[in-house]
Amino acid sequence: MITVEKLTKRFGPKLAVDNISFSVQKGEVLGFLGPNGAGKSTSMRMITGYLPPSAGNVSVCGFDVVEESLKSRRRIGYLPENAPIYSDMSVLGFLKFCAELRGLFGDAGNKAINRVVQLCFLQPVLHQSVDTLSKGYRHRTCLAQAIIHDPEVLILDEPTDGLDPNQKHEVRTLIRRMGRDKAIIFSTHILEEVEAACTRAIIIDQGKIVANGTPDELKARAPLAGTIIVGLRGASWQSVEIELGKLRFLERSELISESDSRVTARLQPKGDLLPEVLELAQRQRWQVEHLNVDEGRLDDVFRSITLPDTKRVSVQ
Amino acid sequence: MKTIWTIARRELGAYFSSPVAYVFIVIFLLLTGFFTFMVGRFFERGLADLLPFFVWHPWLYLFLVPAVGMRLWSEELRLGTMELLFTMPVTPWQAILGKFLASWLFLLIALLLTFPMVLTVSYLGHPDLGRILSGYGGSFLMAGAFLAITCMTSSLTRNQVVSFILSVVICLFLILCSWPPITDIVVNWAPAWLIDAFAGIGVMTHYEGFQRGVIDSRDLLFFLSVMVFFLFTTSVILRAHRA
Repeated sequence: MITVEKLTKRFGPKLAVDNISFSVQKGEVLGFLGPNGAGKSTSMRMITGYLPPSAGNVSVCGFDVVEESLKSRRRIGYLPENAPIYSDMSVLGFLKFCAELRGLFGDAGNKAINRVVQLCFLQPVLHQSVDTLSKGYRHRTCLAQAIIHDPEVLILDEPTDGLDPNQKHEVRTLIRRMGRDKAIIFSTHILEEVEAACTRAIIIDQGKIVANGTPDELKARAPLAGTIIVGLRGASWQSVEIELGKLRFLERSELISESDSRVTARLQPKGDLLPEVLELAQRQRWQVEHLNVDEGRLDDVFRSITLPDTKRVSVQ
Repeated sequence: MKTIWTIARRELGAYFSSPVAYVFIVIFLLLTGFFTFMVGRFFERGLADLLPFFVWHPWLYLFLVPAVGMRLWSEELRLGTMELLFTMPVTPWQAILGKFLASWLFLLIALLLTFPMVLTVSYLGHPDLGRILSGYGGSFLMAGAFLAITCMTSSLTRNQVVSFILSVVICLFLILCSWPPITDIVVNWAPAWLIDAFAGIGVMTHYEGFQRGVIDSRDLLFFLSVMVFFLFTTSVILRAHRA
């Protein structure tokens, strides 16, 4: 539904977006990650047809966003960063205005407005002036505007920014539910959001795509992903270390904490380490208090990929 | 067409949802009354026409039209709603025309509310109604020309005050170009072609005919081309904002 090919944007000498390509299919929710100023918003503005690209193509539902701008724009719902709204209108007036610009008049318009008011929980503030809304309601009003024409493609720039945890949860649920029959791109700083709502994520840094995969694939790229953390009782680190040294699939072991006769250690495997460790513990009559395979954290992946080179932790 | 109307209706709504519209209309009516009766000596003249009414319009519009139009695009830039507007299925021209027409319509409403002036003069004598009508037409066209200039200046900046001042300066220039007290001084040393050129772009020359009841196609063309030119410039500036 969304195809981005070699998209590039220059602002004077500065390269904001550098030759990025990706595509999003129907039923996919793509998370757009990256540090501030990485080029997320600029990319989204080009996809929605607001900014003309310096080079490259974007097509939405088969329509080029530059050549057939109106056709592609009709199929996109867009929530810009910071959720801009006309401050001199009521929520209902604003939604009505947006519905009419989308060609929804009269009954069709009212139906569409009712639908989004329910989806975005706007009933209590419907007749309130936009000026007096809390940040959460402002955001949801702007989100309502984006989905009022039930678009095939949704572009959401930081849809949960400034919301409280409950509202974040609601918006995330909404995105996941809409993601079943739409193509959605949304940007965020919050990594748990990616795990909660995305089917795929792209990390973009300094205008380039530096990672592209499912949240699980990305997590597996964390430096500590796949390591085993084991807590043992009835042993000292000295003896444990010696015994561990005999294991075939152990790459490296590292003590995390030791107190009384409790030992917690992190084990870096180079093969199928887990059964070996369990067998060893049984043989040595160590009590296993807890055992945990680290899935890797997106935070770590994000940091290791997007930090400047000097601070970069090695990945894999 | 529907899109233009939707945008125009929103803009008009924005005027009337704040006290600004009412304040503006009241000030406009008070000032026209004041200038006509006090400064223009309407009664003392003993003539049944509205010349002392129309003659002040360029000076009133000089400040009031920029005040009406200064927010048109500045507000969009400041709030960031321009991004919203131009990612909807709306072409720049639809947006520009919608906003322009809304403000022009607003000025027309204010202008039409001066109708007691016409009633007064008709009660007192037998004025030439055709001349009054052409006076109104000229005044409306001049307001449109000033408004187009304000449209352009408001697309330049997110600051309404800057947009107001720029617009006043340009309008003032167009007024002074052909304002007799200025041209009388300049005529002594400036070459004739320069005087003619300035008179050609001055609004006073073109507005005068309408007050006398003469609708010259050149005057009509002048005001329309000022509008087209500045609205076109607006579209260029708006495009530059997005590049």
